[in-house]
Amino acid sequence: MNFKNLREYLAWLYYQYLLITGIYVLEPWEKSIFNSILFSVIAMVIYTSYVFVPIHVRLALEFFTRMFGGQPESTMTLMT
Amino acid sequence: MFEMTIFLYLFFFCQHFTMLLLLLYICATKLFGFIFKCIGLKRKTAEEYDKGSIIKNPNVPHNPSLYKKPFVESFEETPLMVAVLTYMGYGILTIFGYLRDFLRQWNIEKRHIARERDEQKDFVPLYQDFENFYNRNLYIRIRDNWNRPVCSVPGPKMDLIERSTPNYNWTFEYTGRVLKDVLNLGSYNYLGFAENKGPCADAAIEATQAYGVGVGSTRCEMGNLDIHEELEQLVARFLGVESSMAFGMGFATNSMNIPALTGKGCLILSDELNHASLVLGARLSSSTIRVFKHNNMQSLEKLLRDAIVHGQPRTHRPWKKILIVVEGIYSMEGSIVRLPEIIALKKHYKAYLYLDEAHSIGALGPNGKGVVDYFGLDPKDVDIMMGTFTKSFGAAGGYIGGKKELIDYLRCHSHSAVYATSMSPPVAQQIITSMKIIMGEDGTTLGADRLRQLHENTTYFRRKLHDMGLIIYGNEDSPVIPMMLYMPAKIGAFGRQMLKKNIGIVGVGFPATPIIESRARFCVSAAHTREMLNTALDAINEVGDLLQLKYSRRERPLPSLGWMSDESLLKD
Ligand SMILES: Cc1ncc(COP(=O)(O)O)c(C=O)c1O
Repeated sequence: MNFKNLREYLAWLYYQYLLITGIYVLEPWEKSIFNSILFSVIAMVIYTSYVFVPIHVRLALEFFTRMFGGQPESTMTLMT
Repeated sequence: MFEMTIFLYLFFFCQHFTMLLLLLYICATKLFGFIFKCIGLKRKTAEEYDKGSIIKNPNVPHNPSLYKKPFVESFEETPLMVAVLTYMGYGILTIFGYLRDFLRQWNIEKRHIARERDEQKDFVPLYQDFENFYNRNLYIRIRDNWNRPVCSVPGPKMDLIERSTPNYNWTFEYTGRVLKDVLNLGSYNYLGFAENKGPCADAAIEATQAYGVGVGSTRCEMGNLDIHEELEQLVARFLGVESSMAFGMGFATNSMNIPALTGKGCLILSDELNHASLVLGARLSSSTIRVFKHNNMQSLEKLLRDAIVHGQPRTHRPWKKILIVVEGIYSMEGSIVRLPEIIALKKHYKAYLYLDEAHSIGALGPNGKGVVDYFGLDPKDVDIMMGTFTKSFGAAGGYIGGKKELIDYLRCHSHSAVYATSMSPPVAQQIITSMKIIMGEDGTTLGADRLRQLHENTTYFRRKLHDMGLIIYGNEDSPVIPMMLYMPAKIGAFGRQMLKKNIGIVGVGFPATPIIESRARFCVSAAHTREMLNTALDAINEVGDLLQLKYSRRERPLPSLGWMSDESLLKD
């Protein structure tokens, strides 16, 4: 497909989205329900990634350091 | 509160995890693709695909020696991603279907459909099965693609009445305008005999002037005209059988004659994709029905063996008759029956064969005499040759051909012979004239030209579609060309987009096909000129890009230098 401008390309992408999800055949109000549900879910996912991913990473790092590096250290402290 | 946070946390963790996996998957496929490209591994070629796993229904003939020419038939497997997305699409539409049903239930939304009356509300619900749900909530939404009124001869071009709908396809209104010269890729007009002028139409007019249109009685009583006798003799000669009989309707030919041939204690072996008329006939006959896999000879042979070894259930008496029921060209798949193998099996196991040539008569074979002619077999090997005049002959009705005893028996036992009004004379005359043209008995080569043109058009159209990367099903000689669309929304979108380009096509979905294998079905005709086909192909190419229909994973030839160079290739 050749596109004249970005707008046309976006319109085509939206059309593909309509076709693949099947909401092409729905009535406009049903389309808007579907879109708003989908977009709110996506927005939530993005927001929570922003909030939780750093915590995930920190927790995971801590966990692994404790598993591999932390063990001898603790025995050492016990012994002294 | 704490549990709540943990729960939310877990929920989003799962989501992140799946998203991460998806990303990883995409990266990995891209990376592997790149590596394969670098180390020179190619994708499989078409031949490898044909041999290998990608073909859904390999059907390797176990006896290739029976075929006089290569039998090339392909059903490319649905790409996994497309299948998943299609199911997802149906899932979303089903959810909205439930929502709408709910709204209708509580009278929030106006109901346009039939429903139970209040007095019936404690009885078994009438409209809750899947087919009703499907019709109400999925089919209705794209219904504008079907049942369009045609207001001219449905030849290669036709005129359509324009419709509009005020309420999303629940009702239609005529706008008073006509869509002129829409290219017709949907009629079963294989030899182009759907005409309002020319020798057939003239002859039909003469017949009307001589006999009128209505007959007003059955063949047994006052409805047996000399024109019917002439028609039956001609059909018998055309088919190369001893005797034949014509009926006023093709559907009734199947559904009323199978019950006359088999009954209790008989076994019908039926292909899984047989036409509704054959299925109805088999059910009405009260024989036992067993279904074999589409065109699969191993499956048929197994059923035959079992039938002979075990006999009837419980009593274990041998079956009175075993009738194999198949079609010539399957109208939804575009596949051709493996007749040489079936005849070999039938002879080996001493079964009878009922062959429905509705789509193949006139459209296949060097002389247009159907699949028997196509494979170069002897028509006497097929016990019951059935066919319709609706397709290639541009008329109406059906016939049965076979041994004289068979036809004499049917004349007094078939419901559609005894109780149905006989064929209208102009229709009979149309068949006689067109059949004579096909046989070359009118002293011209018009019939041979049409047959050649149909074959050329079929090969050209199929090859072009294939080269575009569309998935098309069926045998390479079949003029019925199903093109896969898969996703439910694409049936509607394809029909509408093509009509915008002034081309009329037929979309097919559930229940005529399995739920994920929605398709568009093109029927090529001898009346299509090369320009028309090129217009259609250009439009299909464009719409195919727009809707992303080029699913095929086979290797495609490099884009050529345009139509011209291709045409010269075809002539070689
Ligand atoms: C295989 C087969 N048999 C029978 C029929 C019914 O023929 P008619 O349309 O003449 O009633 C059809 C029609 O589509 C068909 O495809």
